[in-house]
Amino acid sequence: MLTVALSIAFVLVGAAVVLSAWRLLRGPSAPDRILALDTLYINAIALLVLLGIHLGSALYFEAALLIAMMGFVGTVALCKYLLRGDIIE
Amino acid sequence: MNLFFAVLTPFLGAVLVAWASRFGRSHAAWAAGGVALTALAWLSPLLSQPFAGTTVVQRLEWMPSVGLDLVFRLDGLGLLFAGLILGIGLLVILYARYYLSERDSMGRLYAYLLLFMGSMLGVVLSENLIQLLIFWELTSLSSFLLIAYWREREMARMGARMALAITGAGGLALLGGILLLGEITGSYELSVILASGDLIRGHSLYLPTLILVLLGAFTKSAQFPFHFWLPHAMAAPTPVSAYLHSATMVKAGVFLLARLFPALSGTPEWSWLVGGAGLCTLLLGAVVALFKHDLKGLLAYSTISHLGLITLLFGIATPMAVVAGVFHIINHAIFKASLFMAAGIIDHETGTRDMRRMQGLWQFMPFTATLAMVAAASMAGVPLFNGFLSKEMLFVEASEMASQQSFGWLLPVTVTVAGIFAVAYSLRFIHDVFFGGKPLELPRTPHEPPRWMKVPVEVLVLLCLVVGLFPAQTVAPLLAVAAASTLQTALPEYNLAIWHGFNPALWMSVTALVGGVLLYLVRRPFSLLHDRFEGQLDARRLYNALLQGLMVIARRITALLDVGSLQRMVFVFIGFALLLGWMGWSGDRSVLTGSRPLLPVDAMSLLVTAVLTVISVAVVILHRQRFTALVLVGFVGLVVSLIFVKFSAPDLALTQLLVEVVTVVLLLLALYFLPQHSPVESHPLRRSRDGLLALLVGGGVGALAWAVLTRPHSSIGDFFLANSVSGGGGSNVVNVILVDFRGFDTLGEITVLALAGLAVYALLEKLHISGPSQNADGRDWNWDLHPVIMASFTRLLLPLALLVSVFILLRGHNLPGGGFIAGLVTAVALIMQYLANGVAWTHSRLSANMHPVVGVGLLIATLTGLGSFVFGYPFLTSTFGHMKWPLVGDFELASAMAFDLGVYLVVVGATLLILIHLGLMHGKEPVRGKGGH
Repeated sequence: MLTVALSIAFVLVGAAVVLSAWRLLRGPSAPDRILALDTLYINAIALLVLLGIHLGSALYFEAALLIAMMGFVGTVALCKYLLRGDIIE
Repeated sequence: MNLFFAVLTPFLGAVLVAWASRFGRSHAAWAAGGVALTALAWLSPLLSQPFAGTTVVQRLEWMPSVGLDLVFRLDGLGLLFAGLILGIGLLVILYARYYLSERDSMGRLYAYLLLFMGSMLGVVLSENLIQLLIFWELTSLSSFLLIAYWREREMARMGARMALAITGAGGLALLGGILLLGEITGSYELSVILASGDLIRGHSLYLPTLILVLLGAFTKSAQFPFHFWLPHAMAAPTPVSAYLHSATMVKAGVFLLARLFPALSGTPEWSWLVGGAGLCTLLLGAVVALFKHDLKGLLAYSTISHLGLITLLFGIATPMAVVAGVFHIINHAIFKASLFMAAGIIDHETGTRDMRRMQGLWQFMPFTATLAMVAAASMAGVPLFNGFLSKEMLFVEASEMASQQSFGWLLPVTVTVAGIFAVAYSLRFIHDVFFGGKPLELPRTPHEPPRWMKVPVEVLVLLCLVVGLFPAQTVAPLLAVAAASTLQTALPEYNLAIWHGFNPALWMSVTALVGGVLLYLVRRPFSLLHDRFEGQLDARRLYNALLQGLMVIARRITALLDVGSLQRMVFVFIGFALLLGWMGWSGDRSVLTGSRPLLPVDAMSLLVTAVLTVISVAVVILHRQRFTALVLVGFVGLVVSLIFVKFSAPDLALTQLLVEVVTVVLLLLALYFLPQHSPVESHPLRRSRDGLLALLVGGGVGALAWAVLTRPHSSIGDFFLANSVSGGGGSNVVNVILVDFRGFDTLGEITVLALAGLAVYALLEKLHISGPSQNADGRDWNWDLHPVIMASFTRLLLPLALLVSVFILLRGHNLPGGGFIAGLVTAVALIMQYLANGVAWTHSRLSANMHPVVGVGLLIATLTGLGSFVFGYPFLTSTFGHMKWPLVGDFELASAMAFDLGVYLVVVGATLLILIHLGLMHGKEPVRGKGGH
């Protein structure tokens, strides 16, 4: 049962990765691209958790945790740049 | 070990004194004096040994695997010099306390002085010649700092540069000479080299060796034609001159002559080169000294002249001449140090050093005048003073040489002429300054100096008298051991006495004294002649021209290699890589794909790799839109770290993720000041060419990777995997490699990181650039500096992030994590606060001063490494053990964890230092005080 669920999840997350890559390439505006990157971070978390379940290992969970905690800083910085130009002020 | 500690003490003491100076000027002086006395105390148990005829050699194993040891030697010559260095050093320390004005940093002078003292001690106490050379170079460097002590003065900087250039060049030549000596004798240790004089003199490489060694000695001892740096070094504070130009720096050159005398002397080449240079220098120095108007200038040329005298004696090379040379080293050190100090007192009390302006100082400072007169009489070679004794010995040697060679009569004549000038300039030093009318418009009304400023001069002048009157009872034993260890044979018969009967030497002395007085009386026309041509016949011009020429040549060579176009250099570089790679492939007949079976590919990996490839190509295509390219690069970085996870490298993945975040912040900070689009500048043809090249090289690297990966191979990784737990006590191999197996590399890396952080700080501090007031589309920036939702969330996140970083730090030894990753997590968490809450808010809660963090981190890492010495293990040996903690359970403690803590602190400190100061660079000053927005 779990393997079937995992397979379906992998396919869906894989599709999400491809779609976020598409949005990243297409844009057309800078916020679109930032959003695409942020979505990829979410997809990466999902991928890592799925991989952890697949392999039965908790090690991947930490990478997922770090992405969840730190990944958005890049997004914040990019957005701040669009808003103000100067990100540390 | 005593000798090692005696040399080490001044170096460590320099730091101590620099620190002690913050408590007051006298504290610094006391500390410096204490350091010199400590060095003396280390030597004291050994002092009797040279007198008993034994040479002390102490060995400290350093790198036995390559035959490098720290070896120290104390014999008569070393003892004499160590005594001069420390004795006169102590007097100079006392004198400098009163000489320096309130504005000058006491600690800096003493720290430099002690550095110099340690270097000199190292030179005179080294057994190994390579080691001697290291200390020799250290004297050049520390004297550079001393001469440039008043760094705000142009003359001081110029003089220091010149001294460094000349003595540094000499040091290079000396290195060559020492290597040749080692090549000839098979050893760098003096015991061997001094015993193989015949081997060296008979060797075909003798002449180059001799010339190289002499270049080192002559540049250091300011022998003609390298003498010109010494007068310029007079820009140093007078205590420094008193130390450098009496007992130490310039004596290092004659010390080297004395040290290597048994190995190199005894050939016509030696006599001509050493004797010739000595004679020229003796005469030149004496003549020029008479016409200098600057008090210290006169003493500088007199020093040159006396160094020439000593060199000449070593050049004559009879045993008796060597005794005289060593004797004059002592005498000159004593009277010249006191004369410099007297000149310093005069300068200090009158505000000028120009002898044309000061006369009749006798009525203001009779006591100082008396002291100066005794010392000057000694310098002139007046009987009853110490200078007379050694000068008379020179006259004896010179007159005996007269009958041995065809132009031998030139020697006593030249020496006597130099003697006449010596008397004349000594007389001028006294008469022009203390007598002959009233002073002209002095900047200050002179008076006697403070009590303790005179004490060092009194001590030295007393020595002049005592040695001059009772040589046999005072200086004779020291002279005997020093001369014996210089000669390495039995001493000749000699008698240290004032009266030797009516011999040629006596008449030469009388001629010099009478002639000197007469010359002084009629000097005016010569003096005018000298003033007329002052500065026109100057070796300094030659030096400057030479330096200019070297610069031009260096610039041409640089221009030849560095075309100034990054594109072209990268083209050449990549092109060569391609060429060499192609040659490698074409020469080898083996197949591209190896024998290793390929691993199965899953659909997910394939998909992710395909996405990665597409986005990477897109970066190249879109790179002119900088912001877009940055977002794309962030995407690539994330996918790469996912690939690291897939291939079981969680440490790498975590690091990559964090570096990605830091990089985005860093690039955005820079992008703010840069154009948002890269313009098209190159021709399409050229772009096609570069694209083709890039494709070829990329393909080549890919093929190479394919070839390597498809072949079975065993790497060093297996060793680490096998030994990680048993050797390093950790099951996370990556971390064990970082903090244990390759701990020394890591120490180097964090040092570089710390330096880079400090350098960025130094470059950016106070730099303010105004950024654009609108974005690239011409829209104004948003008014909301710190959106409130973002600010609130990041504040909440901070403690959680810190918790995670501590967790990662602590468990890093066994599971993915460690100091680097934890440091980056903390740094990102803190940068987040700057991003979301602003500089003012963050600075009111967290000190912006990251220097101590970096420093403490480096200190912890280094101390952890040094700690293993305490237990008798090599540097950075780690240990570990397990302990039971309540609640936590079994917990492993490894010394490497302390090291990792150091890494953590350096990473946090350096990252913040760099990013925050890049952020602070924008036009307006950061608002301090109330937080929030």
